[in-house]
Amino acid sequence: MSRIGVFICHCGENISATVDCEKVAKTLASMPGVAHSVDYKYMCSDPGQSLIRSAIKEKKLTGVVVAACSPRMHEPTFRKACAEARLNPFLCEMANLREHCSWVHAKGDATTDKAIDLVSMLVEKVKRNKPLFPIKVPVTKTALVIGGGIAGIQAALDIANAGQKVVLVEREPSIGGHMSQLSETFPTLDCSQCILTPRMVEVAQNPNITLYTYAEVESLSGFIGNFTARIRKKAKSVDEKLCTGCGECATACPIKKIPSEFNTGLGMRGAIYVPFPQAVPNKPVIDRSRCTYFKSGKCKFCASKCPAQAIRFDQQDEIIEIPIGSVVVTTGFNIKETSFFPEYGYGKYKDVVTGLQFERLLSASGPTLGEVKRPSDGTVPKKIVFVACTGSRDPAKGIEYCSKICCMYTAKHAMLYKHKVHDGDAYVFYMDIRAAGKGYDEFFRRAIEEDHVNYIRGRISRIYERNGKLIVRGADTLLGAQQVEIEADMVVLATAAVANDGAESLAQKLHVSYDAHHFFAEAHPKLRPVETNTAGIFLAGACQSPKDIPETVSQASAAASKVIGLFSNAELTREPIIAVVNRTAPPLFSTCVGCFMCQSACPYHAIEQEEIKTREGKLIKMVAKVNPGLCQGCGTCVAFCRSKSIDLQGYSNEQVYAEVMELLS
Amino acid sequence: MSVSIDFGGDSLAGWIQHKSGISVQRCYQCGKCSAGCPASSDMDFAPSVLLRLLQLQNAESDQKVLSSYSIWLCLTCHTCSARCPMEVDLPKVMDVLRAESLRHKLVNKRAKDIVAFHKSFIDTIRNFGRLWEVGLVADYKLRTRHFWQDVVVAPVMLKKGKLSLIPLFHKKFVSRIFSGLRNREERA
Amino acid sequence: MKIGLYPGCSLEGSSREYAESLRAIAPHLGLELEEIEGWNCCGASSAHQLDHTLSLALPARILAQAEKQKFPELLVPCAACYNRLASTKKDLANDASTRDKVTDLINMPYTGVTSVQNILEVLNLVLTPDVQKKIPAAFPHKVVCYYGCLLVRPASVVHAEKMEDPMQMDDLMKRIGATPLDWGMKTECCGASLSITRTDIVGKLCGNILEDATMRGAEAIIVACPMCHSNLDMRRKEIERVTGKKFSIPIVYITQAIGMALGLDAKSLGLHRHFVEVSVHGKNKVQQNVSSPSMAAVS
Repeated sequence: MSRIGVFICHCGENISATVDCEKVAKTLASMPGVAHSVDYKYMCSDPGQSLIRSAIKEKKLTGVVVAACSPRMHEPTFRKACAEARLNPFLCEMANLREHCSWVHAKGDATTDKAIDLVSMLVEKVKRNKPLFPIKVPVTKTALVIGGGIAGIQAALDIANAGQKVVLVEREPSIGGHMSQLSETFPTLDCSQCILTPRMVEVAQNPNITLYTYAEVESLSGFIGNFTARIRKKAKSVDEKLCTGCGECATACPIKKIPSEFNTGLGMRGAIYVPFPQAVPNKPVIDRSRCTYFKSGKCKFCASKCPAQAIRFDQQDEIIEIPIGSVVVTTGFNIKETSFFPEYGYGKYKDVVTGLQFERLLSASGPTLGEVKRPSDGTVPKKIVFVACTGSRDPAKGIEYCSKICCMYTAKHAMLYKHKVHDGDAYVFYMDIRAAGKGYDEFFRRAIEEDHVNYIRGRISRIYERNGKLIVRGADTLLGAQQVEIEADMVVLATAAVANDGAESLAQKLHVSYDAHHFFAEAHPKLRPVETNTAGIFLAGACQSPKDIPETVSQASAAASKVIGLFSNAELTREPIIAVVNRTAPPLFSTCVGCFMCQSACPYHAIEQEEIKTREGKLIKMVAKVNPGLCQGCGTCVAFCRSKSIDLQGYSNEQVYAEVMELLS
Repeated sequence: MSVSIDFGGDSLAGWIQHKSGISVQRCYQCGKCSAGCPASSDMDFAPSVLLRLLQLQNAESDQKVLSSYSIWLCLTCHTCSARCPMEVDLPKVMDVLRAESLRHKLVNKRAKDIVAFHKSFIDTIRNFGRLWEVGLVADYKLRTRHFWQDVVVAPVMLKKGKLSLIPLFHKKFVSRIFSGLRNREERA
Repeated sequence: MKIGLYPGCSLEGSSREYAESLRAIAPHLGLELEEIEGWNCCGASSAHQLDHTLSLALPARILAQAEKQKFPELLVPCAACYNRLASTKKDLANDASTRDKVTDLINMPYTGVTSVQNILEVLNLVLTPDVQKKIPAAFPHKVVCYYGCLLVRPASVVHAEKMEDPMQMDDLMKRIGATPLDWGMKTECCGASLSITRTDIVGKLCGNILEDATMRGAEAIIVACPMCHSNLDMRRKEIERVTGKKFSIPIVYITQAIGMALGLDAKSLGLHRHFVEVSVHGKNKVQQNVSSPSMAAVS
């Protein structure tokens, strides 16, 4: 005979405001098989958990139903409390009275009746629960970090410095990401390259890190602790072992006019190239789509000049498979192309540039060696207009969210411009200043007060060119929206930050969720910010949402600590909510008829075929067998099984049937 | 001076939403409309300021809006709505505001000529079915007593054959529309 | 190509040269224009200022009339009329209750089958490479194309590609040998309906347009809207008063420019009706007073 304990939580007033908790407890107390039924204000608090623990011991309970919030929130809490009182934790179930009842209904008898139904169902279920025991799986102590920007670099170094192995995959020829393109960084104005490049070198030199540049993740299979990553190493057309990075090949390449990605099109590169002088690895690749030899079969100038004879035109893409225990996704962001803003003339007027292009113009490693010059004629602009929110907070043409970094980098741009061109005028058109960060507001105030940047609150309506000047038409909304017209030499658009190209397809390969803007989704916005809903896969940096460098680095270290925590276990325990194929006494052995419909239906490839043999080794029959390491407990196989030979532990047909019958009774 | 104006028990903003489906609360006051508006500098309230007044939802601001000159200077050029990041259809809002300004007899004094022009225009259509420019201008001059306006342009137009002194009558094509509208008004 | 024509009031009055030039070039472009019968004024910029229902009923009657005459397509050369008709068509398509109210008022069936076309769309179709072959570099002038508001906005009504930097007129100009220049005032407003009541504002806005066009070195401003034309052409005195500058740049309808390229005489194109002398002309300029256009003039 079952002895079930029922514990009704008020959740402060979250439940008790609309549900009569006392009545629920009283009603349940008279239900057959219920040995104990109480209500309490906060069941998750220590006194609340004590109520459960002592009732288990005193009333010799065989099962527990806690009627409170969502099991996603507190199932682990209550199962742990049961285990402490020596009750198998899987004999504890939760009825979700908060999300499923009190929050969605008004106060009244019907609401309380529904609560009673929800708890009764779980009582009937828990009567049929069986003790279950966690599954142990081994852990491969190698982390895969996808993306070699500052987030990936930081995560890789933190994990490697904790003594674990890391495979860092970067699709460009060099690591460094967007941070390597930046000039100086807010709010301290330290040089981006000066703080980044030592980290890049560290990555290359750390014995725990294997770096694959010019490589992409093809697929990821398996589960936490036991993934297999397939990585495509794109053909660089250069033997990296032989190459000394002397640069003779790039000089020899007759193609010189390819817009450089690193310099955002403001500088040029050849078909064989190193993206920038501080690149890691500092070895070139051939861009086959642009190379004369690959297009016409003739040229090979680079090969003829290579002193190390390292050029390999016949190199092929290589696919490697690596066992992985955990993944950190750090694929970063991109800037939204501004052609959707025709009224701002980007693409039509050379001197209308994006914020990222302006970074290159300010950078000492940039195409102008750090001198601010107009892309059109190379003259020094005496008047620059900076336009904030170009595409951000713009549901009509851009994206509705705030790109977060633009207020600060625009203040920085205006400031650096004033530092470089003392007699220049800088105007910033903005809607709001979002400078919430340590030292951020002070920084932007400095731009106004010390560097005399003119801030005008209003959006730009239009920009057009006249006599070599850019006419910027805006309004000053702090002066009754009075119109303002500025004849500028240059305009810098604070372009919206969007998810990186290919983020969506990568998310699908990794089976992690993403939002409508293709940013990767965190498991919980507050409490699990660097985890995904897929166990063992973590996030850091701007692939989750636009972020600045301090926040990205913090997240990268947070994700690294999650990986290190995972790797600190010799093996992992998993919930035993998995499918099981029944076994019966000989001569039947199992009711499974070996049709293997389940095998083709399983989305996780968790079902194998097992031979049942006599002692002499003679095959009796083939039956299905579930690999407990791979099974995710989705139950698809149960629905497919024609002979009802598979059941889901914790959610057996019998349990679910009992729940439904209780509801109908 | 503050009079309470009745918008079916709602604020003017609520009335606009009811009539046109447009929520003025969408506007986040970026000023892009005012920045591009060709008539803004001649207005008493720039377009974004008008929207701000509407957002306040009090009788005093509602009255300011309906008695503003701005609503009559709007050229319906759609530059504002074409560029509005929040897709507020300001020209449509202006249509509602003008109708309400007339209904509540709050037309700005400086706008009398503009209203007179539009009335003359519609009168001309009512009387002739099509626009007869000489008739329109005569009607307008009678309404506003601006007898000397355009005395330079008109004779040249006449000489260039751009004006017809005698109208053609196409009244029958529109009489049903106007009588239908009148009946409707009387019923209401 | 046979097409219904709604000329609109301006084309019978102050902008009759637009109608004259359109009718003059039509046969050379293989365009057969059939004027819609018993048409009324569309209400232009005034009806919607005062009375929303009237502003829909007047264009709806025109559209219903076009349906009655079974025009699959209706050419509306006046940009203002075009905008009112297209906008009414959209409003009636989107809102059944308004449609019922309006059809009741006009007492005519309306289904919305007639497609409303502006002058640029139609010219784009008929100014074919075959026609082009006959007029190589026949209008060798630097021009700026002025679209104004009504041909490009609102985008949901007029389906304009590249609303901020439209190119249809520029493209047509290239086809007749002209050089369209990039300029800053393509889609700025001329002041339109304030022409009579706030002539000073019109003077200021038109002054900006004339100044930018002149500064870019344009020999003419090409337009496709009677309101733009009359403000830019006839309001020179006011423009000079407001800006303190004199401008001599002529304002030419796109149909007149094509007519000049085709070698048609000035009178048939109504060039003599302009306030500002039209100082540009086709390369194959023929003697004035040749009244009827003929294919001979083209070759």
